[in-house]
Amino acid sequence: MEEAHLSEEYGPRWSDQRAERLLGALVCAVVVLLLALIATVFWRAWPSFAHNGLAWFGPGGNVDDQINQIYLSGLGGPEGYVYTFHAWQLLWSTFLITGGAVLIAFFSSLFVAVFLVEFAPEPMSNVLAPVVRFLASVPSVIYGLLGVLLVVPFIGNHLVTEPQRASVAGVISLSGYSLLAAVLILALMIAPLMTSIFSDGLRSVRPGWLEGSLALGVNRWRTTWKIAVRTARPAIVAGTVLATARAIGEAVMLAMVSGSVAFAPNPADGLIFIFEPSRPLAPTIVKNIDLLGSEPANSTLFAIAAVLLFSATMFSLAGWVARRSMRKYGATA
Amino acid sequence: MVVPAPSHNGNGAATPSGFSGARRSIGSPQFSIRRMEVDQLSVSYAAREAVKSVSLPIRQGEVLAMIGPSGCGKTTLLRSLNRLTELTRTARVSGRILLDDVDIGLIEPTLLRRRVTMVFQQPNPFPMSVFDNIAYVLREQGSRRQRRKTLEPQVHSALDRAGLFEEVKDNLDHPALRLSGGQQQRLCIARALAAEPEVLLLDEPCSALDPQSTQVIEDLIVNLRDDVAVVIVTHNLQQAYRIADHVAFMYLGDLVEYGAATTVFGSPREKRTQEYVSGAFG
Amino acid sequence: MGAPVATPPASPPSGGAPRKPSKGLPQSGSTWHLSDRIGLAICWALGLLFCAIAVAIVAYLFVQGIKYLRPEMLFTPATAGFSQGQTGGFSDAFFGTLIVATMGIAIALPVGVGVAVWLVEYGRPAALARVTESTIEAIAGIPSIVLALFGTVIFSSAALGFLSRTSEGVVFGRSFFGASAMLSLVALPLVVASTREGLSAIPQHVREASYAVGKTKIATARRILLPAARPQVATGAMLGLGRIIGDTAIIVVLLGATQNFAPVEGAAFPFNYLRGAGTTLTNFVYEASPTGNLNQPEKAYAAAFVLLLMVLALNAAVDIVHRRARKVGTWSS
Repeated sequence: MEEAHLSEEYGPRWSDQRAERLLGALVCAVVVLLLALIATVFWRAWPSFAHNGLAWFGPGGNVDDQINQIYLSGLGGPEGYVYTFHAWQLLWSTFLITGGAVLIAFFSSLFVAVFLVEFAPEPMSNVLAPVVRFLASVPSVIYGLLGVLLVVPFIGNHLVTEPQRASVAGVISLSGYSLLAAVLILALMIAPLMTSIFSDGLRSVRPGWLEGSLALGVNRWRTTWKIAVRTARPAIVAGTVLATARAIGEAVMLAMVSGSVAFAPNPADGLIFIFEPSRPLAPTIVKNIDLLGSEPANSTLFAIAAVLLFSATMFSLAGWVARRSMRKYGATA
Repeated sequence: MVVPAPSHNGNGAATPSGFSGARRSIGSPQFSIRRMEVDQLSVSYAAREAVKSVSLPIRQGEVLAMIGPSGCGKTTLLRSLNRLTELTRTARVSGRILLDDVDIGLIEPTLLRRRVTMVFQQPNPFPMSVFDNIAYVLREQGSRRQRRKTLEPQVHSALDRAGLFEEVKDNLDHPALRLSGGQQQRLCIARALAAEPEVLLLDEPCSALDPQSTQVIEDLIVNLRDDVAVVIVTHNLQQAYRIADHVAFMYLGDLVEYGAATTVFGSPREKRTQEYVSGAFG
Repeated sequence: MGAPVATPPASPPSGGAPRKPSKGLPQSGSTWHLSDRIGLAICWALGLLFCAIAVAIVAYLFVQGIKYLRPEMLFTPATAGFSQGQTGGFSDAFFGTLIVATMGIAIALPVGVGVAVWLVEYGRPAALARVTESTIEAIAGIPSIVLALFGTVIFSSAALGFLSRTSEGVVFGRSFFGASAMLSLVALPLVVASTREGLSAIPQHVREASYAVGKTKIATARRILLPAARPQVATGAMLGLGRIIGDTAIIVVLLGATQNFAPVEGAAFPFNYLRGAGTTLTNFVYEASPTGNLNQPEKAYAAAFVLLLMVLALNAAVDIVHRRARKVGTWSS
């Protein structure tokens, strides 16, 4: 850092001002970088959105075929560019996988955090705390590898039945790469993150409130849920938001286990839909990264990135609003 | 069983020097019923013995004040009355405490704490509305969740007993943490009363409050003593003098002296009490 | 009801048999409703499940790793071959991870510490401070695949052509420089958050004491505050390192799909390597998994095992720093 070169020779006031300006410039640079990122992504994405309008988010055709068309059109001149793209299959897959994983991870993390902070006997919590930290730091590609080599074959060989396979033959093949595998592994990936933020929140609840509740003859279980969990809601919202953003943005692990086929599993078909493959938004970028050189394909991929960026930001914003409204009753942030 | 209380109506014994003002418990209690019996209670934390073999009775119909310099074990004694000491992992308890002649060690702690409720030094209303603060206690004691309508009378009466109802009746849905310090503490008392306890423990309830709020709460405490046995820990001697019927003076974990307030303040038997009461140490 | 009043404390009723310390009394007495008990059982089950999963992951990867990892793999580059015995090792991936980690943290650490110092010690104007906080939070929420796409735009620009391979005026954009720069953004929020926490925990009187002897703000920050916050700075750096070595999306997009170093001809060492494309362990695992281009699961397991060892080492380092910091103690406020 530049301030290392500052020394007494400038005199104290001057060096201090200069350091403040340098640090201020650094901070501004980081802010400008973020703004540049947002501007760039939306600027690159604009042609795709402009050509499709709201139909971009709607259903219609197979996304993989569309991407292929878009890519090929980019090899010719600008007048031949094709942008037609209907991302519904990707959006629906993102919604199902993220929603399912967040739902599972939320409830298990809440119970584990409560257990860790309030109920686990000391030897147990001494083991559980590092376990949570470890699980949170395992690279997603390792989760993906274990998913591909263990979970996917298990689902394919033991859970999917022959009649099920036959019923969708010709449409899609049920090999184990599925919604179920994606949801389970994604939940496992984000649950430790949620747990550690939840338990930080639970730990910072004023002990006076817990003691006050116990002293009124409310048992520990009820006290924990009605006072501690209630007071820690801002932390719970924060953890959920962060984990959801992580889940939406997870690309490589989901590219490995989700099946990577543009397909929209339909819950109306019955339970079989959890065995059907699909592909969310983020892995679509990874899978098609080689197409970046084609101008319309480039724009389409950036449009997907813009949707990811927008939804991540919206989640943070919603979380921020929720935390603010909870502060009214004095819940701790 | 009701028996006449010992006579200590404040007129008999000499008013000790340095204690000005009227004793609030002028109308002495009409009766008193023994509710709890502390029997050779010792509590130690790790190596330190905080309470050494203390025995004393706690009666409904009077206010018992525990006084003594800080660290003398009076709060520990208070907390062991509803087994809150068990929340501290290192605490070891020996001796017996009886509640209506049953050893509290045999009562499930949660049930015990419904009968012996406690108010803390720092007002600790829960981060909810005023109404929910009281309703919380009632709801969590029932097995089924009750509707607001059915809880309303009980909440109102608890607030009324704590002398808070008139002040907050229009703002029952406001956050409790927006009340003033004195109101918060009375809300905590109301909450403790909502559980319909037999014994009410107060741990220096006024030490974080201004004089005016203190006066309101002292009046309240004196008015409560006929319904519940009141035990208050305080290191404000004036306060103990104003509101207590009996006083227990503790020093370094020992119960040095226990007796009628007028006796302890007017003509203590022990030299250490004498010194403490006249402000020599503490 | 009660017994007659009158027992003076001088003569307590005799026979107070010592009560057993009631520590071991059950938490689940009669006031625990059935639902409460079921809840606690769920807590235990999920807590144990977390531990079991962690143990299973570690044990499984250890078994597979020891089975397939040969030390020479770390020093043999990957080669094309028909069977897994002929494809060499993954030395380029291993060293690629080390390079990316070093360069990424070399950017993230000074910038992150600078931002944190500015936020805690200066923070004026207040509006800029608020914007900066939101910026850091936003960066933490941006999916890394979006960062990667943004990187392709920046590093393919002609102005930054000197950071990667350029041929016939087309800037290739994939290089260790580009990947490390984007990866540093992944680590930045962690460094900032941790350093801020450390600086804010230092009581105000410490600063005042330093100002009182004529030290400037920046001198105080450098000579007193940052050394005092060293454990938190180190923790932030190691958490950041963990995220950098675990990230795959940025590597896949910005470093290239090759499994070997691709040094740029004509550039001086080490810039020829740093400007060229390459790979890392995460990328290798991704490509060597059954869904990747190489499909050699044994190598994937071996590389994942190495990656896991790195993560475990980082976790242990965080633990040691924490423990040592606690032993040394800190100011009382």
